[in-house]
Amino acid sequence: MHNIDTKTSFTIMGFLLLIVGILQSWGVAFSILNLCLISAVMSMGVNIQWGFAGLINFGVMGFLAIGGLATILVSVPPVIESWNVGGLGIIFSLLFLIFIIFLCLFINKRFSNAKYKYQIIFLIVVLTIPAVKLISGPSIKLIESINPAAQGYLGGLGLPIILSWFVGGIMSAAIAYVIGKICLGLRSDYLAISTLLISGIIVSVIKHEEWLSRGVKNVIGLKRPAPYEVNLQNSEWFIKMIETIRFWGPTTKDIIISSSGIFVKLCFTVIFSITLLILLYLSERAVNSPWGRMMRAIRDNETAAKAMGKNIVKQQLNIFMIGSAIIGFAGAMLVTYDGLFTPSSYQPLRYTFLIWVMVLLGGSGNNYGSILGGFVVWFIWIESAPIALFIINFCTFFLEYNNPIKLHLIESVPYFRYLMMGVGLLLVMRYKPEGLLPEKKISF
Amino acid sequence: MDFINAIILLSNFVIVPSITYGSQLALGAIGVTLIYGVLRFANFAYGDLMAFGTMCVILFTWLFKSLGISLGILPTALLALPLGIILTIGVSLFFDRTVFKYYRNKKSSPVTFIVVSLGIMFVLNAVVRIIIGPNDIVFMDGSRFIISAVDFKETTGLLEGLTIKSTQVITLITTSITCFVLFNFLNKTKTGKSMRAYSNNEDLALLSGIDPNKIILITWIIVSILATIGGTLYGLDKSFKPFTYFNNLLPIFAATIVGGIGNPLGAFYGGFVIAFSEIALTYAYKKFIFYLLPFSSDSTNLIQYISTDYKFAISFAILVVVLIFRPQGIFKGKVI
Repeated sequence: MHNIDTKTSFTIMGFLLLIVGILQSWGVAFSILNLCLISAVMSMGVNIQWGFAGLINFGVMGFLAIGGLATILVSVPPVIESWNVGGLGIIFSLLFLIFIIFLCLFINKRFSNAKYKYQIIFLIVVLTIPAVKLISGPSIKLIESINPAAQGYLGGLGLPIILSWFVGGIMSAAIAYVIGKICLGLRSDYLAISTLLISGIIVSVIKHEEWLSRGVKNVIGLKRPAPYEVNLQNSEWFIKMIETIRFWGPTTKDIIISSSGIFVKLCFTVIFSITLLILLYLSERAVNSPWGRMMRAIRDNETAAKAMGKNIVKQQLNIFMIGSAIIGFAGAMLVTYDGLFTPSSYQPLRYTFLIWVMVLLGGSGNNYGSILGGFVVWFIWIESAPIALFIINFCTFFLEYNNPIKLHLIESVPYFRYLMMGVGLLLVMRYKPEGLLPEKKISF
Repeated sequence: MDFINAIILLSNFVIVPSITYGSQLALGAIGVTLIYGVLRFANFAYGDLMAFGTMCVILFTWLFKSLGISLGILPTALLALPLGIILTIGVSLFFDRTVFKYYRNKKSSPVTFIVVSLGIMFVLNAVVRIIIGPNDIVFMDGSRFIISAVDFKETTGLLEGLTIKSTQVITLITTSITCFVLFNFLNKTKTGKSMRAYSNNEDLALLSGIDPNKIILITWIIVSILATIGGTLYGLDKSFKPFTYFNNLLPIFAATIVGGIGNPLGAFYGGFVIAFSEIALTYAYKKFIFYLLPFSSDSTNLIQYISTDYKFAISFAILVVVLIFRPQGIFKGKVI
């Protein structure tokens, strides 16, 4: 099979979105495009870890959730009352936790040869959990009792939400440092399993610590970096602009409402595209730098790279943190776009494995490939339902409309997306294992 | 008397449930570990294979029920189990022939196998949801309780009741029989021994004339049997929901690694370690302590060690601790 040209493939992708715009609606086309852009950032993050450094990270879901948490901690206005009643207790227990962590690290380092070192650290950790519960319990109870229907948590800092993307990246990188310290020495399949499970821990913490994130009660109505539909519909200039664009037809209220929705999505598209392009530029620069060549050398032959005097452990930790930071960044983008944070929606299938399908399908080791993967896979993910419906109707045209098999199939249309993903992944792995846009082999 | 009450309370809420849950995890973990030992990859599609097997069993159960066949006090699912196993074996072998064989011949890296198993995971996920739907299904019939709390209290005159569900006894008996047969097969028969030899050292096994295709065939058959039995037992005990089965893959992986990956006996114990720690650490011991101590305490904060929300997280945390301090597992598995 010939390799498809980068430009051709993106043009085809653009045409597909155009077709959606014409056949379905422009609102749908733009929301697909926006999520394609976010998915592309996610798969770029995974691609940096897997494609460039060969590190298998199945903890994508956890980093996305951390990014989502960052949007809340940064953009939501602080709940002053909660801070008054419980802030001190929370701060105190956090300080206590930090103290315990440093104590354990200190014991680990200072008494590196002591006989009962691990037993003592274990004892400290075991005793810490009830101690922290004892210290923070009353404050948490107080915080969660304040206006539980709408608040019941500490809130955030009330800063612009775009800032949270960077905070999400930094938080993810910090967590990735800890995870990397624990897991990066492990063999690839162990790394996969352990990152998957650790991301499970992260999500369950975010899901259940209500004082922090409202947990399963969700946070809704996050701020937007784009205008709101309602404001647009009432503003003079917007109506005027729509009138100018539609100079051939009458401008009714309905058109204003639908075009305001599209305009908001368009604003997001512009912001996300700029972000993606900046990231792409940086990532391309990094890959083609001596550092990028070193990472590929480590990926392809660890022993040889070690012999050349490269510090493999440190470099792998670095790239693990960078990739995770980008994933966290994307997680914050996603929550910003949705406008709400629902911790219970973080499932490995959607937020870890789907991203992996994007990277593998698009072409690992190639930035353009992972972006294309993000576009294609998200497009199929959304459009698979109408396609499946079409195929089912086509294949069962000889059955009556109330045939039970036909009805059952039509009812289960949403699950055909999993089938398409699975079959697509298997086919790509079999016949084009390097992906749609393979890694460019650089020769000197 | 108070002491007996405390013990009964503990067995009712901690010991009996953890033995049941542990057996279900153990069956799953042995399956994962066998695939890892013989085929040398971590199979992410295992949870969905369990779901598929259970789905087949449920479909046959419905068929039997509509025909009016039942096992009396035992659940009809036990009758449907062999048929479900046969279908699951068929699916496993189908995926082995169409997918895994190609990569085995190419001697691909373990990561490729993991990725391919992800693909199969998606496919099985879809197949199960398309055929039976994503909803909760209860397919338990027959008598529900062997000992009910009320009866227990009346006969013994104790304050605390002990409930033993029939599914719990069925789980225990089925797991014991399955594991007994399996370990006897692995340790006593020639085929079992050659399987272990192949898992231990592929080249040496090939040199001594062991047929790899036969070993792999038998492994898939055993794994499918274990997956179907484990899945059905879990479904009988709780309920069947495709999503839960996918999620159960995570504690199963934890049990496998804790026990030492590639080591069936280790996986067996690993299942119980995970189950006991999940249930024992999240149980609220307030009443238990109330029975044991002469005075009643009101400070409830300390008594539950970790909140029930973190049930899954406990098994993951154990896994992390094991990975840091003893990556080969509690019982030595394959070398990392």
